[in-house]
Amino acid sequence: MTTRTLEMALATPSLDAQGRPTRVPLGVGTTKGDPADEFGAEPMLVNIGPQHPATHGVLRLVLELEGETVLRCIPHVGYLHSGFEKLGEYRHYNQIIPLTDRTDYLSPMANNVCLALAVEKLMGIEITERCQVLRVIACEMSRIISHLVWLGTTGIDLGAFTPFLWSFYERERIYNLQESWTGARLTTSLTRVGGMMADVPDGFEAGLRQFCQSFPKTLDEVDTMFTRNAIWCGRTQGVGVIGHDEAINYSLSGPMLRASGVDYDVRKDRPYLGYESYDFDVPVGEHGDIYDRYRIRLEEMYQSTRILDQALDRLAKLKGAPVNVSDPKVILPPKSRAMSDMEAMIFHFKQVMEGVPAPIGESYMGVENPKGELGYYFVSDGTAKPVRWRIRPPSFINLACLPRLCEGALLSDVIAINASVDIVMGEIDR
Amino acid sequence: MTAATALQAAFGSAIVRSAVSCGDLIVWVERDRAHDILAWLRDTAGQEYNYLTDITAVDYRDPERPLEVVYQLRSLARKADLRVKIALDKLGPLEVESVYDLWKGADWLEREVFDMFGVTFRGHPDLRRILMWDTYAEGHPLRKDFPLRGHFTRAEQTRQALAANPEAHYSIEELTIAEAFGELPEDVRRRLAHGERGRVK
Repeated sequence: MTTRTLEMALATPSLDAQGRPTRVPLGVGTTKGDPADEFGAEPMLVNIGPQHPATHGVLRLVLELEGETVLRCIPHVGYLHSGFEKLGEYRHYNQIIPLTDRTDYLSPMANNVCLALAVEKLMGIEITERCQVLRVIACEMSRIISHLVWLGTTGIDLGAFTPFLWSFYERERIYNLQESWTGARLTTSLTRVGGMMADVPDGFEAGLRQFCQSFPKTLDEVDTMFTRNAIWCGRTQGVGVIGHDEAINYSLSGPMLRASGVDYDVRKDRPYLGYESYDFDVPVGEHGDIYDRYRIRLEEMYQSTRILDQALDRLAKLKGAPVNVSDPKVILPPKSRAMSDMEAMIFHFKQVMEGVPAPIGESYMGVENPKGELGYYFVSDGTAKPVRWRIRPPSFINLACLPRLCEGALLSDVIAINASVDIVMGEIDR
Repeated sequence: MTAATALQAAFGSAIVRSAVSCGDLIVWVERDRAHDILAWLRDTAGQEYNYLTDITAVDYRDPERPLEVVYQLRSLARKADLRVKIALDKLGPLEVESVYDLWKGADWLEREVFDMFGVTFRGHPDLRRILMWDTYAEGHPLRKDFPLRGHFTRAEQTRQALAANPEAHYSIEELTIAEAFGELPEDVRRRLAHGERGRVK
């Protein structure tokens, strides 16, 4: 049994009776129409976005302000709607994989893995052990790069520029590894139903091992820079608070949910890819504010490094083991065999022209993505194309509680709260 | 006792049938009792499906087959999943009770199902389109009778986009907050009030 606690040993100058940092927004507590209250008597409408760097994409927020206090926040989404779910209904299962790259484009490999798992659940395919380890590596690499983007951009939103450069430097190292593996930096299309597009190339393991050794040092530096920084604490502690029960009621997931003290991680509670056999901790916060979300994401990067280390050990043990399942109906034969062997050519032709039919039924597969629980729900009528491909988008559902989080906050806190949700519009709008 | 038999015991004929697909338990329930059943599943000891993972809908390729509204539930304490489905006859009204009063997280999910499938959720406080814009007139994109490229021609779509007026980006509610509604010209106000935003004849 692993421990699941996150230490919150921090003294702030003003704490309320529950030990929570206090903060009273301007305008709260004054009565409306008070002649002394000249500012903020009339509500004001402020529009942020869709073209605004601090909204992290094409999110548009309409805020009703009284003075500097947010009375109401009305988010508008859909500017990046691409109809992926509809497109998926016209594609073979393997052809959907490139679409998943473009949903949560900050962690494309994790999306690829989720899609492959969902379809394999639908078709009842058992993947090989080496494939499982490779997918764990892909998921955890994605978690690190996604959290690094979050860390850098949130730092910039709150006025800290240096950690942005550090985190993007580290992210670049993972991107180089990703590029050597998949040939792409964003449109990875890494997995296939029943296996992977490719095994890791030569030198990948050594590169990733080196990353795992030096990366925690950068995290330590970020920790030094942020965790006890008075400005950072002042901007994040007690801001955007959501409690335990409410977080569940709002269907939050991922770091957003765990920051509110709910101990739910899909990797632990509904294990897939053999996550139950890895030794790692799930950080859980207690205050449910921006600061706890930051602590959790920071800790998750340390834990991902731990998982990567263990996965690399397993990968070395499984050297030379098959990656793909040996079912010629599901996995394309190598091109050389398709050109020389009659049977292989037939399988190749049938797969490319007709696709791989899935049995009648439906499957929901949820995985722990960097943003939260990503779920792919497939309904099949027995043909090679799904009747329905539903994405359960974690950042869409997390963003839905933004109006609740922003109520009574200051205008400048809206930027911080929005950053702390960790949204990616490609996934929200799909 | 599985959730299906417990439901059968508590609600009888309101549970239409249950099945297992790929290891997931699915229960079809009657539309009129669905809200009670979902509330029961959330609050009853031994069930405790307190986490609403997802709400979505499925329109099958067979036009005779009813459209299904799908609720993915999860019990965080018991680590159990349940899928509840409501079958809606496409000839009848596509209407179900909103579960916003049970789960706040249903807000945007129900709006999305409304937007993409045209299912109305009774009791939802703010049932507007969410991914498509308010004045979108081509229908509900994820329905099977909706062609992949939409009902309008590309030229018509472009014409409408270019003809959209800037006020179309704000709802009447928002314009009222800004006290800008009263300052608009008379004809624009009339058009907005009639819900004609974004389209110019």
